[in-house]
Amino acid sequence: MKAIVVDHIEKAYAIKKTKVPALKGISFDVPQGELFGLIGPDGAGKTTLFRILTTLILPDSGTASVNGLDVVKDFLKIRQEVGYMPGRFSLYTDLTVEENLNFFANIFNTTVKENYHLIKDVYQQIEPFKHVRAGKLSGGMKQKLALSCALIHKPKALFLDEPTTGVDAVSRKEFWELLRSLRNEGITILVSTPYMDEASLCDRVGLIQTGNIMQVNTPEGLRASFGKKILAVRSNQMLKTLELFKNMEGVEDAYPFGEKHHVVLKKNVQQLNIPDGIEVEEAAVDIEDCFIALMKSHVG
Amino acid sequence: MSDKVITAEGLTKKFGDFTAVDQISFEVSKGEIFGFLGANGAGKTTAMRMFCGLSLPTAGKATVAGFDVFSQNEKIKKTIGYMSQKFSLYDDLTVYENIQFYAGIYGMGKKQIRDKADFILRELELVAERNTLVSNLPLGWKQKLAFSVAIFHDPSIVFLDEPTGGVDPITRREFWNLIYKAGDAGITTFVTTHYMDEAEYCNRVSIMVDGRIEALDTPTQMKATYGADSMNDVFLQLARKAKRSDN
Repeated sequence: MKAIVVDHIEKAYAIKKTKVPALKGISFDVPQGELFGLIGPDGAGKTTLFRILTTLILPDSGTASVNGLDVVKDFLKIRQEVGYMPGRFSLYTDLTVEENLNFFANIFNTTVKENYHLIKDVYQQIEPFKHVRAGKLSGGMKQKLALSCALIHKPKALFLDEPTTGVDAVSRKEFWELLRSLRNEGITILVSTPYMDEASLCDRVGLIQTGNIMQVNTPEGLRASFGKKILAVRSNQMLKTLELFKNMEGVEDAYPFGEKHHVVLKKNVQQLNIPDGIEVEEAAVDIEDCFIALMKSHVG
Repeated sequence: MSDKVITAEGLTKKFGDFTAVDQISFEVSKGEIFGFLGANGAGKTTAMRMFCGLSLPTAGKATVAGFDVFSQNEKIKKTIGYMSQKFSLYDDLTVYENIQFYAGIYGMGKKQIRDKADFILRELELVAERNTLVSNLPLGWKQKLAFSVAIFHDPSIVFLDEPTGGVDPITRREFWNLIYKAGDAGITTFVTTHYMDEAEYCNRVSIMVDGRIEALDTPTQMKATYGADSMNDVFLQLARKAKRSDN
């Protein structure tokens, strides 16, 4: 069964009498129990989509459903069945950790005890601070409390809007491990992130940019579909080297990639004549490579 | 003055009996792009506040742009630039007003501001947006403008806090190009970030754990030393040793 269905959803905001499109007719679906990542930069439309799916705003056109319930007609039912962690920390800063959790359990007519097994792994890490006010917690701990509160009513689907933004690499890794174990409990998870390196941690991803979904695929499928060879090059004159490759025959694209440059070869080109003094090796396709190629092919 | 833009020797900051920064020593050269990494709570922010002249060290020595962090911190503030991802430009001012405002704070004259602003707007291809409110610019343009504003007064060093978080991969590369160009012009860049793929763009990086600098090297060397594929792996190996946790 499809837990989330998004069908030609459009949404525009009116900014000073001009309509600015946020979502330009996007469609995809997420089967039950999948960990689906919506990956794209700020301003791509990720938060707008989350707000539509959690019934906080209405789409201009198109339809969407969560667990078979329509986001417009069945909004009250959806609200009982989903957990939502917004991008901005939205718990009560003047309540303690424990008070926040009890509050959210209460408004969903349940108790912390009843669903403790679901939050145990994450909540145990912040339990020593249960009498601390939420506003005093560090970023990583706020994130864990927000996840606990979004889970405490045993939602069938979980919507996490940029949960790892501003969180350090160690906490991010722990957080993704938690998401995978929740997915294994059968909870459908839609998670968004601007960080391409998190794509490989999802079952499937949708790459989103300026209101369009450019591709939906598994992380491996995405890399495999790139279809061109990439060389990683470096020299002691990186800016010059970049210009050299940009203008070289057989090169589709060249751009900086960390300490190296990635040189994308045209289809069916296997090799280049490379001058001395430039180190070359074949590079594995990165999700960023895919994103860049898709962005360029979607221009216009 | 030497070509070292930052020197730190045994630099320490204590809050009561908590040692936030514990005897860190390193140097950053002119034009270098230096990544300053560490987990939440490792002491990065405290260290950076000292280098920006905003907080006095408890012990040790340090200079920024040749000025002493103990006795010349007001001079330091005038010689540095700063940009953070969260806050940099005023949304309700136009592109030109933002430039005017920041350059004015750093004491530049009107004519000087006008001439340089024309040049920079051309470079950034923002001439047509001169009188546009910053709130109406796409994020990527804002980030590039913010960086140009941060180095408008020709600081010897610019401090960047997660500069390209949330930016699309093409804009991010354009942004790093600006940093490289600034480096060629002799402006040193000091970057703090949580995102290890950002660290890969730096000439050298340091990783702080529990107030100390645990590793300092080029990304390539560091990956070789720790037998890691990526800076992320290096970081996880080091940060896992931390006693101090994220709070």
